[in-house]
Amino acid sequence: MSKDVLILAESVEDKLALISSELLGIGRKLADDLGGDLIAVILGSEGTKELSKGLISLGADKVIVGESDIFDGYTNSFYLEGIDAAVRESSPHTFLVANTSVGRDIAPRIAFRHNASYAHDCTELSYEDEKLCAIRPVWGGSAISHVKSKTENLSIASLRPKALPMADIIEGRTGDLVELNISIESGETLMSFLEAKKVQSEGVRLEDAEIVVSGGRGLGGAENFSHLEKLGKVLKAAVGASRAAVDAGWVPTQMQVGQTGKIVSPNLYIAVGISGAMQHMVGAGPSKNIVAINTDADAPIFQRARYGIVGDYKKVLPALTEKFEELLQS
Amino acid sequence: MNIIVCIKQVQDPDIPPRDFKVDEEKMEVLSPANVSPVISTFDENAIEEAIALKEVHGGKITVVTVGSESCKDSLKKCLAMGCDDAILLNDDCFEDSDAFGIARILAAAIEKIGEFDIIMCGRLSSDWSFGSTGLALAEALGLPSVGQLQKITVEGDELICERGLEDGVEVVKVKTPCLLTVSNEINNPRLPSVKGILMASRKQLPIWKSTDIEIDESKIGSSANTLELTKLYQPVFTGNCEFIEDESLEEAAKKLALRLREDKII
Ligand SMILES: Cc1cc2nc3c(=O)[nH]c(=O)nc-3n(C[C@H](O)[C@H](O)[C@H](O)COP(=O)(O)OP(=O)(O)OC[C@H]3O[C@@H](n4cnc5c(N)ncnc54)[C@H](O)[C@@H]3O)c2cc1C
Ligand SMILES: Nc1ncnc2c1ncn2[C@@H]1O[C@H](COP(=O)(O)O)[C@@H](O)[C@H]1O
Repeated sequence: MSKDVLILAESVEDKLALISSELLGIGRKLADDLGGDLIAVILGSEGTKELSKGLISLGADKVIVGESDIFDGYTNSFYLEGIDAAVRESSPHTFLVANTSVGRDIAPRIAFRHNASYAHDCTELSYEDEKLCAIRPVWGGSAISHVKSKTENLSIASLRPKALPMADIIEGRTGDLVELNISIESGETLMSFLEAKKVQSEGVRLEDAEIVVSGGRGLGGAENFSHLEKLGKVLKAAVGASRAAVDAGWVPTQMQVGQTGKIVSPNLYIAVGISGAMQHMVGAGPSKNIVAINTDADAPIFQRARYGIVGDYKKVLPALTEKFEELLQS
Repeated sequence: MNIIVCIKQVQDPDIPPRDFKVDEEKMEVLSPANVSPVISTFDENAIEEAIALKEVHGGKITVVTVGSESCKDSLKKCLAMGCDDAILLNDDCFEDSDAFGIARILAAAIEKIGEFDIIMCGRLSSDWSFGSTGLALAEALGLPSVGQLQKITVEGDELICERGLEDGVEVVKVKTPCLLTVSNEINNPRLPSVKGILMASRKQLPIWKSTDIEIDESKIGSSANTLELTKLYQPVFTGNCEFIEDESLEEAAKKLALRLREDKII
């Protein structure tokens, strides 16, 4: 059986996605454990080839590039066939994707098709007797499961963003570039890509922010997010939200932090009017310092916080914002 | 427009965290007493969307679930909300199937149901979150799939779908029949009406066993699972929060700002 590890790399605005670097880090380790090669596959429109050097310097021994108009914009049908072709061509031991809107949309279908095992949203990966083992938080993060692949075939896993360190860049590393043989015509599909509507966030991106201020149901209304925005401006922070605030229609879904939102890892996370449900903490948990402001002293968020104030945010936030402003000016 | 919705009944995820308990020995999550199970959150969005589509385009909604007898409660709720038929897939040999096994059972049941335009699933189940049942079902039936659906418009035999991305949405066109996995942004599920509840309570729910559908029993159940659970436990968090207090909340806020400065966090 093959000892190679294949990863699905992705690009964001013509650059390699950070999560791909996390995949290459663990992928390299796993390939070394097995004594095989690390292969990266990347699909995209013309110019995608340019990213292969970066993939090799981050640890890939071989890069499979699928460059085609049909990969200009994501559709499940085309990507599925493209990635299936790469899996068949490289027949790896293990195939890793990131738990992103693309990775999680492809991996289960590939796994079912190949009779492979599939572990979703893993935070750690290793081998035991050459079988893929994964740690997978389940029940919204309330429980942690360890699973082990039982198949003699392919094992597939999706990796949770920010769970593992990024690969180091090694200058001068060499590797092979292979072009993917694909013979899909755009006419053959039952599906077509129309457009992507990107929501530009003002200021710092939530995922990259060093400080995040986040609001929940406790804010009581859309208009009250202005308190958070004010605080955010002073701290040069990104503003996030709980799902309750998103479901109430107060803020757009791109601001959601959590299991089904974004995973953030700032130095400081200020949670305002957020109870700290497990599903929310999946996204906020990687933060280095959590500060919670909540009227309920028993709210679970305080179990994860370094500092807390029990009280109405309407009294706390203006004074906090003012003091920060003063401190940051001096 | 005929729609099939696959739902999963789960333990209520909104119970207080202290009531969540794991039996590490048996590697099971214990069900707390006196808490009714619920329809997995995104499946409820799928039910709502199916009903909304039916209200505009007509047709019939069939709900299916693989699970125990108690899942009838959730199926009845779907009927009370406005679905037309509900089928429980229940057999000893279905038990302990993983997402792929469940997908095979659902696929066989859907072959028996026959005609449909759309199959809807949730994007992720609230309990085990395999993140794969819906997409595996699409693969089993050879259907195109759109994941993480946030909006849908019908144009003849095509659907215009908005699918969630990290930084926006993507619009794709897909031909029916197809499978969609639904996300919470799409709608706010309605509550069943009193009339609906009454009607649903009178309905008999068919139960299909493995002999009612065409299924290869060697491909379902725990022996067919491709992953083995080796450990299950609850994460521990050492709660050592320092509560900042003072004469007033305003003063406490100032103190907090100073403390974060001292700690060089800001
Ligand atoms: C499968 C699944 C996936 C999920 N994914 C996510 C996810 O990605 N992200 C997410 O956030 N949630 C997610 N959830 C939902 C999650 O379980 C919680 O329901 C949600 O996080 C609660 O949001 P909240 O803390 O804002 O609301 P609540 O739990 O209602 O908490 C509001 C808090 O505000 C406090 N409060 C009220 N008034 C004030 C005041 N004046 N000042 C200060 N505090 C006040 C209250 O004491 C309370 O603690 C998911 C759930 C499921 C089942
Ligand atoms: N036992 C089941 N019966 C019917 N549908 C299911 C079942 N389990 C999962 N599903 C469907 O698959 C979706 C995703 O579940 P999962 O793969 O566990 O994340 C759920 O939201 C349901 O729509």
